[in-house]
Amino acid sequence: MKLHTFRIGGVHPDDHKLTAEIPTKKAELPKKAIFPLSQHIGAPAKPVVKRGDKVKVGTLIAEAGGFVSAPIFSSVSGTVEKIDNVIDATGYLKPAIIVNVDGDEWEESIDRSDKLETVESHPELTPEEIISRVKNAGVTGMGGAGFPTFIKLTPPPTTKAECVIINGVECEPYITADYRLMLEHTDEIIQGLYLLMKAVKVEKGYIGIEDNKPKAIEIFEQKTAGDPRIEIVPLKKKYPQGGEKQLVDAVINRQVPAPPAIPVNVGAIVQNVGTAFAVYQAVMKNKPLFERYTTVTGLQVKNPGNFLVRMGTTFGQLIDYCGGLPEGDNKVLAGGPMMGKSVASLDVPVCKGTNSITVLTGADAHRKKVQNCIRCGKCVSACPMGLEPYLLATLSAAQEWERLESEDVTSCISCGSCQFTCPAHRPLLDNITFGKGHVMGIIKARIAKAKAEAAKAKA
Amino acid sequence: MGKLVVSLSPHAHGTDTVERNMFGVVIALIPALLVSFLYFGLGSVVVCLTSVAACMFFEWAISKYMLSQEPSLTDGSAIVTGLLLGMNLPSNLPLWIIIIGALVAIGVGKMSFGGLGHNPFNPALVGRCFLLVSFPAQMTSWPLIGQLGKYSDAVTGATPLSIMKTAIKTNDPSVLNSVPDALHLLLGNNPTGGAGTIGEVCALALILGLCFMLWRKIITWHIPVAIIATVFVFSGLLHLANPVYANPLTVILSGGLMLGAIFMATDYVTSPMTHKGQIIYGVCIGFLTVVIRNWGSYPEGMSFAILIMNGFTPLINYYVKPKRFGEVPAKK
Repeated sequence: MKLHTFRIGGVHPDDHKLTAEIPTKKAELPKKAIFPLSQHIGAPAKPVVKRGDKVKVGTLIAEAGGFVSAPIFSSVSGTVEKIDNVIDATGYLKPAIIVNVDGDEWEESIDRSDKLETVESHPELTPEEIISRVKNAGVTGMGGAGFPTFIKLTPPPTTKAECVIINGVECEPYITADYRLMLEHTDEIIQGLYLLMKAVKVEKGYIGIEDNKPKAIEIFEQKTAGDPRIEIVPLKKKYPQGGEKQLVDAVINRQVPAPPAIPVNVGAIVQNVGTAFAVYQAVMKNKPLFERYTTVTGLQVKNPGNFLVRMGTTFGQLIDYCGGLPEGDNKVLAGGPMMGKSVASLDVPVCKGTNSITVLTGADAHRKKVQNCIRCGKCVSACPMGLEPYLLATLSAAQEWERLESEDVTSCISCGSCQFTCPAHRPLLDNITFGKGHVMGIIKARIAKAKAEAAKAKA
Repeated sequence: MGKLVVSLSPHAHGTDTVERNMFGVVIALIPALLVSFLYFGLGSVVVCLTSVAACMFFEWAISKYMLSQEPSLTDGSAIVTGLLLGMNLPSNLPLWIIIIGALVAIGVGKMSFGGLGHNPFNPALVGRCFLLVSFPAQMTSWPLIGQLGKYSDAVTGATPLSIMKTAIKTNDPSVLNSVPDALHLLLGNNPTGGAGTIGEVCALALILGLCFMLWRKIITWHIPVAIIATVFVFSGLLHLANPVYANPLTVILSGGLMLGAIFMATDYVTSPMTHKGQIIYGVCIGFLTVVIRNWGSYPEGMSFAILIMNGFTPLINYYVKPKRFGEVPAKK
């Protein structure tokens, strides 16, 4: 079997997939659920409930706050306690709706049966109808970035989608939420893929899975054997293969050009397996996005596991259920150790993009001592975008914005391969993230200025 | 209850460290070091030990008393510099010259620029070339192999490289008959006893070290292969054109070529960052080495070639960029 992979750079972190063979359990209902209004890329959602309102499971509590935005639904039944600022995974105080939980009453429109609905048996679903249901159900990318899914399904008219690629890579260490989902809801993911293919009017679908998940590869190959439109692509394990651009390169051997190009510029629409499942539930079961698969894991965590979690449940509750925080210093991550965000409080809730709560303990929680750059060039070899991290980090620290832009800092995908591989433990990505943010700001301001001048010239 | 630690991603780190790389180089040098003890005996032990000890002392003293930094002896880089300097010297060199070499290598070559990672030139080569131009007589008298108990009193003789130089100067290809054959050069057991510096006596031991460093991913193949291939091709062409130029196989196996290509030119700090840049750098070193060896005034050109290209490394880094993602065409 020939294994595919992406062509530039990459690293091999230890797997630590401790929870791979632990079947998913339903997490306990929280007593209080917290719904931050920014759980996605784009404008925050606007609340449509007020203090004292009764909500059910699946009730709309905040509507999309702009074009690039997504509505938010309650995952619990109860009473809205307040709308207040809370610390979210990014560490900032952001507005959130807080609901006091009472019972578990669901909206009646949600189909709670396990019956598999196939795309074939629902010819009435037009592409427009699928996209509209996905949009109205608040589905966003479930892999972590949280881009509203309906936007990806309506690519710019200058591009042409040729295939849908389902991301079953899960290249982050520790996390097994996607893996469990693939084993436990294979049929629904495949129907989700058909829905996505129908929505963007393509006849080709790929599912990319790394070879450290042979069971998932096998079950998908069995279930799609009769359909030549679907191809399962086993991939050689390498981080960051789950990065959108790396996955497109690995699966269809095309490289997405530098930003602002996106995968659909080379014909690919990439969606996470969790998103495919959410699309299935939104379209076929009329179930908005309010629960998700989340792994709670860590080498020192007593009872790690995979959970079906109602969003709004706090990290603290899930960690306590798994045996509490281990002794010593801990770093608690929303996500995995390569790209996850370390949280400043255990009251942070699980959101649409929280695929894992990873607890690093003791020495793992701390960074190692920074030494001089020995100019070994290993960061350059590791960078999957073909950049020179040592140079970008130095230029960022020196605030050389123009040179930084000409060295393509905006292509950085923040995967952390450079810092992971650095023998001198230099904070490469810290610096690059700072520089990239500043350069992006400069570029945005430049575009805005050009637009304003063009408008002036017209008037 | 411990602290809740917050930092930016990534939160995982690979197992690679500066120490792992530096001590990896030391381990890779062990075969060559053992072989040199076998061939040069006492002299080699004295020179290498003195060089390592002096380099470590100067690194410690300068960082503590002149730079007021935490001494960085534990990273192993001073040991590597000391070993490489020692292995680039003749085995009968007086102690005081070695100590001056170590002072120039560490003090001028490395610490004056700010220590590890900041030096533009390979410190060991700075030390060696300083000694070569300051003490040309002592630095070009080469003990014959097999005098295990002797140090400064060892009998000296012509090296394979100086024989090659004589052939060119006298325009007489028959002089080359006294150059040992490739197998003897590979193993270092030259029947006439002519050798060279401590580290360059046995090409095979150095190649073993290369294999170890490639296996441990301490270096990549680009620089050594580019240098050796360039020297082989260039001197091969010269040999075909005029037989006073030695056979390319003996050229790549003699002198400091292997030591330089494998251990000196691959120094992280002073070599280019990208593989493409490393190949350009290697090809230029190979070319310059052949030019200096054949037409320069010294019989060996490796050290100068590497130092010259060290100077070009920032320029190479500036102009040679890795292929960015999105620029690689689809392969069919």
